Amino acid sequence: MNEFFTVASLVFVVGSGIRLATPFLLAGLGETIGQRSGVLNLGVDGVMLLGAFGAYWTILETRSPIAGILVGIAVGLVMGLIYGVITVSLRAEQGISGIGIFLFGLGISDLLFQKKVGTPMPIRGFGDLHLPLLADIPKVGEMFFQHSVLVYIAFLLVPVVAFFLNHTTFGLNVRAVGENPAAADSLGVSVLRVRYTTILLANGLAGLAGAVLAAELGIFQQNLTNGQGFIAIALVYFGAWRPIGVMGGALLFGMVSATVLQWKTLGLVSGAASSLTAMAPAVLTILALVAISRTVGQPAALTRPFDRGQ
Amino acid sequence: MAGSCHLRVGRCRASEDGIAAIPAGVFLDLQIVDRVGGNRETFASMGRWLRERLAYVTGPQMAGPLVPVVAVLAAFLIGAGMLLALGANPLEGYQALLKGAFGDVDALADTALKSMPLLLVGIGICIAFRASVINIGGEGQMIAGAILSTLVALSCGDLPRPVLVPLVLVGGLVGGAIWGAIPGALKAYSGVNEILSTIMLNIVAVQLMNFLLRDLIMDPYEKEHGRLPQTQRLSENSDLPLLPGGTRLHIGVLVAVGMAGLAYVLLWRTSLGYRLRAVGHSSAAARYAGMPVKRTIVAALTFSGAMCGLAGAILVFGSESHRFVTDGSSVGFTGSAGFNGIVTALFGGLHPLWTIPSSFFFGGLQFGANAMQRAVQVPAALIVGLNGLVVVFVVSSDRLRRVVSESWGQGRAIGRERATSRSGEPALAMSEELDCGP
Amino acid sequence: MQVRKNRKFLGLVVLSAVLGLLAGACGSDGEVATGGDDGFRIAIVAPSASNDLAFSQSIVDGVGALTGVSAVDVTDGTFIVDDAAAAIRAYAGEGYDLVIAHGSQYGGSLQEIAPDFPDVAFAWGTSADTFGLPNVSAYTAASDQGGYVMGAMAASMTSTGIIGVIGPIAVGDAKLYVDGFVNGATESVTGITVNVNYIESFSDVALAAEAAQGHVANGADILTGTAQMVVGATGVAAEHGAKWFGTQSNQTALGPDIVVASQVYKWEVVLQGLVNGIKQGDLGGESHTITLENGGLAIEFNEGVDAGHARKIGEKAVKDISAGFTETGA
Repeated sequence: MNEFFTVASLVFVVGSGIRLATPFLLAGLGETIGQRSGVLNLGVDGVMLLGAFGAYWTILETRSPIAGILVGIAVGLVMGLIYGVITVSLRAEQGISGIGIFLFGLGISDLLFQKKVGTPMPIRGFGDLHLPLLADIPKVGEMFFQHSVLVYIAFLLVPVVAFFLNHTTFGLNVRAVGENPAAADSLGVSVLRVRYTTILLANGLAGLAGAVLAAELGIFQQNLTNGQGFIAIALVYFGAWRPIGVMGGALLFGMVSATVLQWKTLGLVSGAASSLTAMAPAVLTILALVAISRTVGQPAALTRPFDRGQ
Repeated sequence: MAGSCHLRVGRCRASEDGIAAIPAGVFLDLQIVDRVGGNRETFASMGRWLRERLAYVTGPQMAGPLVPVVAVLAAFLIGAGMLLALGANPLEGYQALLKGAFGDVDALADTALKSMPLLLVGIGICIAFRASVINIGGEGQMIAGAILSTLVALSCGDLPRPVLVPLVLVGGLVGGAIWGAIPGALKAYSGVNEILSTIMLNIVAVQLMNFLLRDLIMDPYEKEHGRLPQTQRLSENSDLPLLPGGTRLHIGVLVAVGMAGLAYVLLWRTSLGYRLRAVGHSSAAARYAGMPVKRTIVAALTFSGAMCGLAGAILVFGSESHRFVTDGSSVGFTGSAGFNGIVTALFGGLHPLWTIPSSFFFGGLQFGANAMQRAVQVPAALIVGLNGLVVVFVVSSDRLRRVVSESWGQGRAIGRERATSRSGEPALAMSEELDCGP
Repeated sequence: MQVRKNRKFLGLVVLSAVLGLLAGACGSDGEVATGGDDGFRIAIVAPSASNDLAFSQSIVDGVGALTGVSAVDVTDGTFIVDDAAAAIRAYAGEGYDLVIAHGSQYGGSLQEIAPDFPDVAFAWGTSADTFGLPNVSAYTAASDQGGYVMGAMAASMTSTGIIGVIGPIAVGDAKLYVDGFVNGATESVTGITVNVNYIESFSDVALAAEAAQGHVANGADILTGTAQMVVGATGVAAEHGAKWFGTQSNQTALGPDIVVASQVYKWEVVLQGLVNGIKQGDLGGESHTITLENGGLAIEFNEGVDAGHARKIGEKAVKDISAGFTETGA
């Protein structure tokens, strides 16, 4: 255990945890916005996969990471539009529609990859961006300021989304629609427009999360996300629908994964026992949820379609 | 309590706070106050809902079966477009798919085997969703059932076959039930959202499986040699008996079909089933009516998990290798049945009996996809994507049909039939088109 | 009422369309049963994509290099064991001359299937076990040999003295390679640290990438790994300028600037004899191993990366192992 508690090792765990947390954070922030307006999207994982493939293929063809990221977001927006039509205009049951979107993304991203690319060729992403001055601080710089630009963007989005939800008129409308769409509607808020907007934002961020994953890993393969989208949804509940809470959850998940990984690298746990440690993030999340769940409530109108009636 | 619902006909009310109108027609005379939100909610009637369900199953009009059929055709039309775009002949591909799935006796048998886990998980989903509990933990529950049934077979391998076979199946039921009861209890008594807890428990179950298969229950031969994560060949007394006919069909398929019947009885012929559905309609109303809501939620997830666990056990003891084997992921054991079962249940209108043909159809698509892959070199992943489209179309169809039927000038009668979705959920009742006479 | 009639009509149209499709599907049998009498047909069932630059591609490439084979059919991506079993049974039933079950996890199923088809030859790997069945051949790779060579080369190239290894689950072919690699590295240069990380997954590229990050952070300047999820790790190696040793297929394409060499499986070395035997009526029953000595294992260098002195060490290790002077210890 002493090998683990060295400065170098701990510095790595923190840096690694931040990297692993980034896709969870981006997808989770998007899902937070959506759920605050009363829209649950269980299809995050599918959207991430499609965004990841879009970004991967674009970077492979154009060698431009920026183009890849933009394509990833665009794919997310298109999926958002589809999801909006299904759940807002056609008022379909959200949980099940989401499973449909997930399966669609899972299958189609795999299909396109196999037919259009086939052999998993690596791509080059952005590379690490060392922030001037900050990155040179010993240890601290290595932990926090030597990441890809996408990591900084993801964490900067936390206060942005929090401000958007809590201090803007539109954020107020989002929350109103999420709590009581009928009342919001009677006050002249267009539930339709608010929910379409939040769904587009949510899916755009999910597409971005997938794109970040593909660009950072430099690769795509069947089921690249390995269920990360579902964990991101869980983290929204974990974070009690607040961006800062989602960030906490994402970091917890990332840090625990990084710790277990580091233990394995150093040979502190091995063989079968490492599966037991791999359970740790999931178990911790459940325990944390039991501890906090009594104190917070979800948006009252979550998963409820809205119809103005006659 | 249960059984004493007082039905009235043709009533109509208006509530005071923004919900403009209340469903007319036959409805339960139960109006409740949601203490949390302070909203006064009236919910759709159990009686009417039952009638709709009946109309869906037996009705003279084609509307019920028509929706899924059109959804499948639409999805496959889009799939054909994709095949064309990818340079493959869609007719050739689909022909290979259908033939691979339903072309001869062996194909039908394989399709039935592939359908078994979809059916059992689908039944579990019917039970959970009827109680408005979203069970995404089918994968983990299947694994839990497989683990416990394997432990039973390993420790009691000497028992005679007529005893051991039922015993391992019960082991699967119990294992899945435990894995379902945990999120049920967490939801009921700690308020932990079941979507979150079932997702997390899937992760835990996979790692538990990996640990056991590489340590405590690993094949002793493998421990010395290849170290494959699998058990030894399980006792021959635990092999599921094959059905006559010379195919691979085994008794597990019959068990699954039998479970569909039992689930139907549970949901519609017992007071527990009545409670499950009542809680699904509105937990607040059920509580107001004096039902033990918390216990009912735990029961819903327990039964749901038990079905999934049974599927896991049958996968182990009906497999060719008669072992529990993994590649380290959940899908490597379950084939994503924990998710696809949701599709089949939905496609079957959340009715256990309709889930039988539904799962047979989707099992056929899954099995036939490999034949399609060989015929036109288009990956079987296409079928996974099309499954997703089918789901999307089915859940969207309710509103679409209403729009269409309104344009035909006969809105209400058709709008009532809800082929899909968690019918009767309060939110849905609120959003339903209401018909209130002046 | 009119609506109902309309719907009924629509339903009938739809139904007849479905029936038509079904009839079409069951009707024509045209394209089957071609190929002629002396055509030798091989079917492969493989757990991952046949172009994965790793385990599955090695068998597809190997069968592609055989002579005297008229048709090859592949079902790939069958990581679900029972799906693979269904495919194996289907191929055997369709009368293929040789059915290859390419995955040690398929053994338990094959043991049950093969006796039902005594006239069909089966091959499976990687394993040395034929279950005593006359129509089952087993094939395996002495991947510890290539691993040992790679380890010796890596040990001579590292400047930090630390090497990182990424494995899936510590089983079968992967474990053999990793054990050989570790022994090769530690036995040829004293004081070398080899960090081995089994990430417990054959599929999680993200975790493989992060494991590579971990190795680099712990000072590794040379990495290797086995199984199909290592594609995530090669990107990390490239980013940090770490060198990479590949196995199972030639992985130069994954990193033209960093892949020093790959151990390549040439299954055709053992399969050709098997095919010839089957044509003579000998369905198998024996176990085959590809080694450096019989040419079934080959070390392919990437000419784009200058291995320098290490290349000589590698070539010497190949000779020593082939001649039996060096034990890999795995």
